[in-house]
Amino acid sequence: MSSEKKKEVPVLQAKSLGIQFGGLRAVQDFNMEIAQSELVGLIGPNGAGKTTVFNMLTGVYQPTEGSFYLNGVKMNGKKTHQVVEAGIARTFQNIRLFKKLSVEENVKAAMNMHMTYSLASALFRGKQYWKQEEEVHEKALELLKVVRLEDKADVTAQNLPYGQQRRLEIARALATGMKLLLLDEPAAGMNPTETAELLEIINLIRDKFKIPVLLIEHDMSLVMKICQRIQVIDYGITIASGTPEEIANNPRVIEAYLGKDEEEAVC
Amino acid sequence: MPQERKKSYVINFIGVLIVFLLLLALFESNLLGSRTNYIKGICTTACYTIIMVASLNLLTGFMGEFSLGHAGFMSVGAYASAIATGFLDDSGLPVFVLFLLALAVGGIAAAVAGVAVGIPALRLRGDYLCIVTVAFAEIIRVAFCNFEITGGGRTLSGITSLSNFYWVFWAMVICVGLMYMFVRSRFGRVVTAIREDYIAASASGINVTFYKVLTFTVSAFFAGIAGAIYAHYMTALIPTNFDFMYSAEFLTEVIIGGTGSLTGSIIGAAFLSALPEVMRQFATYRMLMYSIVLVLVMIFKPGGIFGTWEFSLTRLLGRLTGRKRENKTVSGGAVHE
Amino acid sequence: MALSLFLQSLVNGLNQGAIYALIALGYTMVYGIIRMINFAHGDFIMVGSYTLFYTVPLMVSAGMPAWMAVFIAIAVCVAVGVIVETVAYKPVRNAGSMSALITALAMSVFLENLAMVLFGASPKSVSAIFTLPTFQFLGATLQIKYLLTLGIGLAMMAGLQLFVRKTRLGKAMRAVPQDKEASVLVGINVNRIITITFAIGSGLAAVAALMYCSTYPRCTMDMGSMMGLKAFIAAVLGGIGIIPGAMLGGLLVGLIEIFVKVYIAPGWYEAITYGILIVVLLVKPAGILGKNVGEKV
Repeated sequence: MSSEKKKEVPVLQAKSLGIQFGGLRAVQDFNMEIAQSELVGLIGPNGAGKTTVFNMLTGVYQPTEGSFYLNGVKMNGKKTHQVVEAGIARTFQNIRLFKKLSVEENVKAAMNMHMTYSLASALFRGKQYWKQEEEVHEKALELLKVVRLEDKADVTAQNLPYGQQRRLEIARALATGMKLLLLDEPAAGMNPTETAELLEIINLIRDKFKIPVLLIEHDMSLVMKICQRIQVIDYGITIASGTPEEIANNPRVIEAYLGKDEEEAVC
Repeated sequence: MPQERKKSYVINFIGVLIVFLLLLALFESNLLGSRTNYIKGICTTACYTIIMVASLNLLTGFMGEFSLGHAGFMSVGAYASAIATGFLDDSGLPVFVLFLLALAVGGIAAAVAGVAVGIPALRLRGDYLCIVTVAFAEIIRVAFCNFEITGGGRTLSGITSLSNFYWVFWAMVICVGLMYMFVRSRFGRVVTAIREDYIAASASGINVTFYKVLTFTVSAFFAGIAGAIYAHYMTALIPTNFDFMYSAEFLTEVIIGGTGSLTGSIIGAAFLSALPEVMRQFATYRMLMYSIVLVLVMIFKPGGIFGTWEFSLTRLLGRLTGRKRENKTVSGGAVHE
Repeated sequence: MALSLFLQSLVNGLNQGAIYALIALGYTMVYGIIRMINFAHGDFIMVGSYTLFYTVPLMVSAGMPAWMAVFIAIAVCVAVGVIVETVAYKPVRNAGSMSALITALAMSVFLENLAMVLFGASPKSVSAIFTLPTFQFLGATLQIKYLLTLGIGLAMMAGLQLFVRKTRLGKAMRAVPQDKEASVLVGINVNRIITITFAIGSGLAAVAALMYCSTYPRCTMDMGSMMGLKAFIAAVLGGIGIIPGAMLGGLLVGLIEIFVKVYIAPGWYEAITYGILIVVLLVKPAGILGKNVGEKV
């Protein structure tokens, strides 16, 4: 799918990205490069600005400083749906499914931008309608297989158990046909079995779709297990980045997570 | 699967045809005697009300935005079509062509108005969007009160009577059918996704603004058709008829029938447009009863009487004949396709 | 001549605006606390006006000043408001904004038709409430009662603002819309707060009815819905849920109406008011004084 000759261009490149809300600098000088098929972790204590980074990368917030590129194309100033069309898909920390739609419809909704049949074709049930709906149906079932929800296609999304809802969100993100996948705390609230299953799915996605994944996680041990590289932010500033081993032994990271002494009040 | 669904379309069409033939027989056989025309009139009213309520349900039930200005779109369609047929009166066109032209003009004029109202949807949601729809409808009403061509505040009368019940019935069937097709296509899917979570929708690559404006336009288009039918049935128009309370009436019918159920819209609209006629002798208490029933429905069945349930003839037939088929295909795409 | 016309329009606009503002305050109180458009609020004014129609002559014959009737009107309106809230609104409170909106519309229809059944469809004229002098100022007629309306409006606004900012009850009121569950956890009786909010809003409607009837001494069953709609527009224009916003919006709508009527196009004043509302909402989606709060992702 991707042209091999452009290998030197990273899939995602963020150059001193930053955002200010009023007087508060939520994130500053955020730099990151993700190459093809890499699995990168973004960690940090609560309120460090991880989700804010995701929101900037998906056009939910417009960065006030710096810029970011997808396969060398500048993404600043694009609206969320344009960023997604360009190829950055995401999941949400607090699950945001289309609750009253079926599992299959949730996935199909994200394929809309690849569907081209016209309003007239829809209203009068033209050839294109039948053809594309059939294709989308098959592709949706395929994706549901990836996240192991193929037998739940007709269930209303809100009736799924928590872990499965998280997986459905991943399937929906995959349905956009992305070039980069952002997962916001995919394991939050999962029990160990569900987490193990999720790890398998993430690995499967990387192997099957050959795309890089950027992962926000709270759980250090999980990130250590699957990520090739980890970047740590605290108070909106990158304090460390490197391999899992390097991060695990970095004193600043330990300090950020455990605190130096009592006076470091946590808001 | 397409075969199954195409078959269900045919079966549902046959069902509609049977209903039509029954009504035809009822009216033509003179069973009702001198009351025939009166009942026919109620049925015509029911038909355009159904189009209004179903089209409003596209906005309210499927997109999740309530509009309190739907009568505004209706009035645009009514006036535009009345003016158009006024010009063509002496053109010698067959009346049926004239009727179709009136519907087209009404629909297109209202669709243009729909784009104008839809654009504010760029930035507004919920209560605020609702207020903007009220404001637009009022602006339209005031405009019609002032323009010379729309009667300049007086009644615009002498509109050719074109809306006979049989034509109106089929116009209604086609409109509702098209709306059903809209809902059960990628457009409807996307619109419901926006209703459920617009942030997740845009994070799934859906251009929320575009689809909102599109839905407004489609909804307004059908309201305009209903307006055209209204104009050529009443043969006289007064801007004050299309006021806030008329819009509110459509909204309550949507909600009572069930947000997100076109079946609910049809039954709700038909029932509620017949009710005032039935209760004519209790006119004073009628609206009191109406409001009490409304509150009771809201308390005990907040999703409306039919919720999101859709009637399906194929499913019913399947059940009656006891044939065991998978519910999903039998429903003709009733709940999820 | 031009100056006197301008002054006259200004005075009339402010008077009209002050009445809208009084009504808008009621909308804003309720919306600010429970995020619900109380479409029946306009009809509370109708209730207040009918009460005045019946009680003003009683007051006069009892030898008391006519305006004292407003206390009875307040009592009646508060009672109606609280009953409507408990019977109709409370059961649908958790059923979503759509149900709340429809219930409010239904209550509006109910009150109007109840009034028709009880008082008949023909308009009633309220006897004069205030006998205050009028002044001639630079060729414009300045009625003292206009000043009174404006003064009462401002006083109400200031009073409400102080109440909501400074008192314990007012603080509880502001806490409820922020987070209902958390309010319960800190010991706020949410139901009581909402009932009190409705009581205050309805009481305001009675005061608005007094000022309305002193300017336009006529009550009809549907007087509330038209007034209500405009006052509601005023509340949205100023920033609904914000007390000074209601005042600002009300005065603006009143001034726009009168000035458009006098100077631009008499037939178009409503359309222009609504047009301005739309433009303001497009520029500032939460109204002039409103704060834009984005949704947290």
